[in-house]
Amino acid sequence: MSNTSHEVASGPYHSGGAAPSALSAHSVSKRFPGVLANDSVDFDIQPGEVHTLLGENGAGKSTLAAMLCGLYQPDSGYIARNGQRVVLSSPRAGLQHGIAMVHQHFRLVDRFTVAENVILGSRNLSFVLDRRSINERVSEVAESYGLPIDPTATVGDLSVGQRQRVEIVKALYQGAEILLLDEPTAVLVPAEVEKLFENVHAMTQAGKSIVFISHKLGEVVEISDRVTVLRGGKVTGHVSGRGATDTKDLARLMVGRDINLGTQRASHPTGHEVLQIRDVSLNVNGVNVLSNISFNVHEGEMVGIAGVAGNGQKELADTIAGLLSPTSGSISIGGATATDRGPIHARELGLAYVPEDRLGMGLVPSMSILDNLLLTRDRHIVVDRASVRPEATRLIEQFEIKANGPDHLARKLSGGNAQKVLLARELSGGRTATKLLVVCSPTRGLDVGAIETVRRLLDDARSAGQAILLISEDLDEIMSLADRILVLYRGSIAHETPGETAQIATVGAAMAGLTTGVNG
Amino acid sequence: MNSNIWLLSFADSVAIATTLILAALGALFTERAGVLNLGIEGMLLTSAITSFLVADSTGSVWAGMLLGIVLGAVLAGIHALLTVVLRANQIVSGLALVIFGTGLANFLGKPAEGKTIKTTIEPLSFGPLSDIPGIGPVVFGQDPVTYAALLIAVVASWFLFRTRAGLEVRATGDDPATVDSQGLSVATIRIRYTLLGGALVGFGGAFHMLAQSAAWHLEATTNGVGWIALSLVVFAGWRPIRLIFGAILFGFTLQLPFTLQAEQITFIPSALMPMLPYLATLIALIALSRPSSRNILGAPKALGIPFVRDER
Ligand SMILES: Nc1ncnc2c1ncn2[C@@H]1O[C@H](COP(=O)(O)OP(=O)(O)OP(=O)(O)O)[C@@H](O)[C@H]1O
Ligand SMILES: [Mg+2]
Repeated sequence: MSNTSHEVASGPYHSGGAAPSALSAHSVSKRFPGVLANDSVDFDIQPGEVHTLLGENGAGKSTLAAMLCGLYQPDSGYIARNGQRVVLSSPRAGLQHGIAMVHQHFRLVDRFTVAENVILGSRNLSFVLDRRSINERVSEVAESYGLPIDPTATVGDLSVGQRQRVEIVKALYQGAEILLLDEPTAVLVPAEVEKLFENVHAMTQAGKSIVFISHKLGEVVEISDRVTVLRGGKVTGHVSGRGATDTKDLARLMVGRDINLGTQRASHPTGHEVLQIRDVSLNVNGVNVLSNISFNVHEGEMVGIAGVAGNGQKELADTIAGLLSPTSGSISIGGATATDRGPIHARELGLAYVPEDRLGMGLVPSMSILDNLLLTRDRHIVVDRASVRPEATRLIEQFEIKANGPDHLARKLSGGNAQKVLLARELSGGRTATKLLVVCSPTRGLDVGAIETVRRLLDDARSAGQAILLISEDLDEIMSLADRILVLYRGSIAHETPGETAQIATVGAAMAGLTTGVNG
Repeated sequence: MNSNIWLLSFADSVAIATTLILAALGALFTERAGVLNLGIEGMLLTSAITSFLVADSTGSVWAGMLLGIVLGAVLAGIHALLTVVLRANQIVSGLALVIFGTGLANFLGKPAEGKTIKTTIEPLSFGPLSDIPGIGPVVFGQDPVTYAALLIAVVASWFLFRTRAGLEVRATGDDPATVDSQGLSVATIRIRYTLLGGALVGFGGAFHMLAQSAAWHLEATTNGVGWIALSLVVFAGWRPIRLIFGAILFGFTLQLPFTLQAEQITFIPSALMPMLPYLATLIALIALSRPSSRNILGAPKALGIPFVRDER
């Protein structure tokens, strides 16, 4: 190829003359109604490199990744692969150029085996499937990157970490040279993150390139060869060289100020019991999802529920919120019984609830931010938008929600910003004064600045005497906020410890089902 | 007890089962792709009368058969257009198809009501084999369509579970978003298998008319077989081979009163047995409407749900 051809593009930060970038974006812009999500962004990645995209919620990271893999087309600017300008009109076109994205919502058929999922969509297979050779081939690809996986296992039976591995194997099987991982660690427990990073190393050793997106700065420092910081759709900073930075610097680069995510615990002695749970069991379709759960949460106390997703956390929260009826046992909020009384009653007793599934249960995607806020505030027959509008505007500001204003549709918010709307609604109180706050993974997908804000708000609520039940898979968060920690494993409380003296190793082991018992 | 009567009646059950197998296979393919077509009964009737009229006027049962198949596919095409392309509610469209198909059959069949067909499908002759006492008439005394239906069921099973295209159909029924992300067209796959399903239902309707019923009667010709076929798919867990056995069992119970009469057995009310398949149908439809039981039965997860690509 000739250097004079306008088809040839060199990586923007790559000194000329060397091999062209594996993949690069050249002043790409993407506009959505009312927001310039990417503004003349330059980006490039070399073979064997891990290049991290860092930025606040709504900074445009997912949008850039979507353009790099063919999901979106840039409005202006272009993408080049090995220096050659390419048009990626669809994810399939991206795949044909060796670019694959691993989405946070896995694209896997639960009922299929690992191998069936991996080969689904492959065009270069014979019409009649030879299971034996397909299984062998899938194992071979998996093992060559140190991703051992049983090709005959049913995907529905796998853990989240294993499913992610299947997604990666699928991308590699389809010949991906460049993998885009959009917040891959958000759903993983610490041991799984470690495993993922080993796999990332194996892949870069083999010359693959990884575009990594994460809000967890410790991870970013550990894994990245290079970091590009986005802010408001623009590139605002670079860090190159492994270990050239620390989390403090990154946080400052990202949000422009210092971030403090230190330990925060109850400052006052706690008051009387607000939430009482007695021997609660829940049986769903013949499966015991919760068995004999008993605990209390006091005024001004934060109790953290740790555990790997799927051990009954969601059901526990839904049961407290009155959305599920326990099979046996009782629940009371502020001394009044809440068992079998339904969600409205629970709210009248002073419950505020941030559920797990944001866009399904927490927010109505097709409604505006304002209307979503109204849901817990207005009980008149005629909707009174005008009276809530100033408050909505204030909340958007306070929570730094990136939106065009109160009328922005919830569906069109970035992941982190949708999260903030829900938190804003629940933390700011509804019609009844909040006595009990149940929050599930409140900071998942949030940037550090937002995490700091949310943690502060939770701490303020605690200081104001609210009882808080914090359910989270983020062990760090629970360790640094909760006054008392309970570990949920297979629907039972496997471990209990005060937050002050909790050992991460012990709690982690209990989460994995390795120990049982009550400590301290 | 006359064992001959029982053997003959078993042979008859297999014949009834043939219609069931074909119609249920049609429903099975459609549902495996995630489309619920409740219109089977209407399609069977339309195909039956079409094949009757064509066979009657041309004198060729095979021409009748062919037109019956085509009509089945055409009606399924309407369903596909409404539900896959225009994303209408599948249940409403299916029920509309029952009403439309019945009305159309009624209209087309008015002049033929009560008329008998001159040419019918004859059982194959395997010479002396068919005369083997006992199994002879059952195994070697059927007509070609029955053998074809069994073969189609076996091929369908192989296709669904052993081929790449089969994998894609099953994935479309379970998780269309994943299929879409692989660059495959959910709409194309759904339309294709809805049409194939319609053709099979049409085949069943034509067979039922030409080999089973001597005369056209709107009221009596299919007699709810389309609904039974739908329940059969549920009880077979959407698996073609299991469906064969279910069809024979249902065929047997449907046919039993005639045998009981012939045997002059009166201690079992003869009207009771043929009710069972309808009862089973009722149970199956209730099961289909409950998410928890659907899962246990192994229904395609996206069955009945229109696919809309996620905007984000
Ligand atoms: N499909 C869309 N329609 C309208 N606006 C969109 C769409 N997708 C993204 N946006 C907007 O574009 C901006 C960038 O969004 P993007 O999802 O790229 O952010 P992000 O950096 O991935 O944030 P997060 O960390 O919260 O995931 C946001 O303001 C978002 O509201
Ligand atoms: Mg994002």
